[in-house]
Amino acid sequence: MITMLRAALAATAVALGGMLASPATYAQAGSAADEIEKYRQALQDGNPAELWEARGEDLWKKPGGPKNASLERCDLGRGPGVVKGAYAELPKFFADAGRVMDLETRLVWCRVNLQGMTEADARRSPFGSPERKSDNEALTAWITSESKGVAMAVSLDHPKMREAYDVGRAIFFFRGGPHDFACSTCHSEDGKRIRLQDLPNLTVKSGAQRGYTTWPAYRVSQGELRTFQWRLNDCFRQQRFPEIEFGSPASIALTTFLAYNANGAPFAAPAIKR
Amino acid sequence: MADPMKIRATLVGDSTEVRVLMSHEMETGQRKDAAGKTVPAWFIQSVTATHNGKTVLSAQWGPAVAKNPFLSFKFKGGAKGDKVQITWTDNRGEKRTDEATIG
Amino acid sequence: MDAGRRKALKTGGGVTLATLLAAAGWLEPGSAHAQAGGWNKAAFDAKTLDEAVKAMGGGAATPSNAITFVSTPDIAENGAVVPIGVLSSIPNTRSIAILIEKNPSLLAASFDIPPGTEAVVSTRVKMGQSSMVYALVNADGKVHVASKEVKVTLGGCGG
Repeated sequence: MITMLRAALAATAVALGGMLASPATYAQAGSAADEIEKYRQALQDGNPAELWEARGEDLWKKPGGPKNASLERCDLGRGPGVVKGAYAELPKFFADAGRVMDLETRLVWCRVNLQGMTEADARRSPFGSPERKSDNEALTAWITSESKGVAMAVSLDHPKMREAYDVGRAIFFFRGGPHDFACSTCHSEDGKRIRLQDLPNLTVKSGAQRGYTTWPAYRVSQGELRTFQWRLNDCFRQQRFPEIEFGSPASIALTTFLAYNANGAPFAAPAIKR
Repeated sequence: MADPMKIRATLVGDSTEVRVLMSHEMETGQRKDAAGKTVPAWFIQSVTATHNGKTVLSAQWGPAVAKNPFLSFKFKGGAKGDKVQITWTDNRGEKRTDEATIG
Repeated sequence: MDAGRRKALKTGGGVTLATLLAAAGWLEPGSAHAQAGGWNKAAFDAKTLDEAVKAMGGGAATPSNAITFVSTPDIAENGAVVPIGVLSSIPNTRSIAILIEKNPSLLAASFDIPPGTEAVVSTRVKMGQSSMVYALVNADGKVHVASKEVKVTLGGCGG
């Protein structure tokens, strides 16, 4: 019985093998770059970032913290509770805090001031892992999603914003670390890439727009949603710079520089990236 | 408890297109942690979709399905306002059911 | 390492049909496809030809042009997430299975398609390396198969 089956299988295997080897199966493929683009397109339909968005909306609306208050009175720059379009105008100078803040630092501020958390608790583990999900990532996912399609409109009218922009620009071009590296080493020329990753030229409008408006993003390599603070943190790690502290003035300055350069482009995140 | 699914059910012509995102680690059981210990397999094993109490899709999955799984399928007979219900069960016996309204 | 499967791979230029069928769980009497409910462990465990033959109960499969891969890239930038869609235009398609030849377990996912549901499903799988991907379709008790090679790159580093 088994012998008979084996013989029958062998014959089928040959037939199947013949079909599988047929050059028509994959000879018509376009260039590798085109195929990678198709892969990226295929991922757009169904972005797991939506799972973070849903959790973030819930976190925003649900009472929490020692004061058992929701974040719905949090002022993201367009008035208490206004989420729609808020991210497209950040970073911004906040008079109540007396400083320039990006979204993620503003969330810390609101969790401290509205929910009664300690600064340390509100800043703890901003980047999540499978073992410990990050509220920061979820909240950021939802709030940024509410700016999808809104044109970036960061204003430097306030002198503190102008100052942040200038500091951010200086950091962008600052060379240092064991590799004598700067952000600009990778991000100030067209056509640069790391393996298959095209690196946006952040010194020209189109590159800055493409780079900035596609964060936060669901990173398929990590299975996590990553925010712009994470992006900067990891860029610094790759340059072998000292870690850029979460929500530090330097991180906000660099964000201000990059966000302002993206002005005019419709915000397009949370995105999905490799 | 597992996070809710994100379900979209859209009527296109006479066909309802359902797209689902699930929040799940989908551990293969082959990965090692920092201490060198194998991380045990943990994955969704079965998925069932129903419309008006009738099963419109059932699936069995192995750990090769990607983390935070995505699923899409189409069925006939749905109408706007009807509910589509999805249930998954993982190899630890955890279960999650969510529903969406056909729009 | 299983010498039998190695040999089959070498001579056949692909996995044998028996492996595919056993992996899909369609040849095993009492498979979960026959009895709703339980997870078909044997099907998801099938790794070699010998295992497959052991699990066999009969049936023949034909390569089919009526099965197409939709939204399935030729090259995946990251093997952690590879979109695979299968569309069958074979009448009375009852189930669709996705198998990855070079994965530790061949069977990735299997879908039962009741009447009224269209024979098209999409999901995303993990692939450890470049591999042939097989789509198996069970229609009117007959098994059909199509294949596509998906190459997996490493992608960029770190960030």
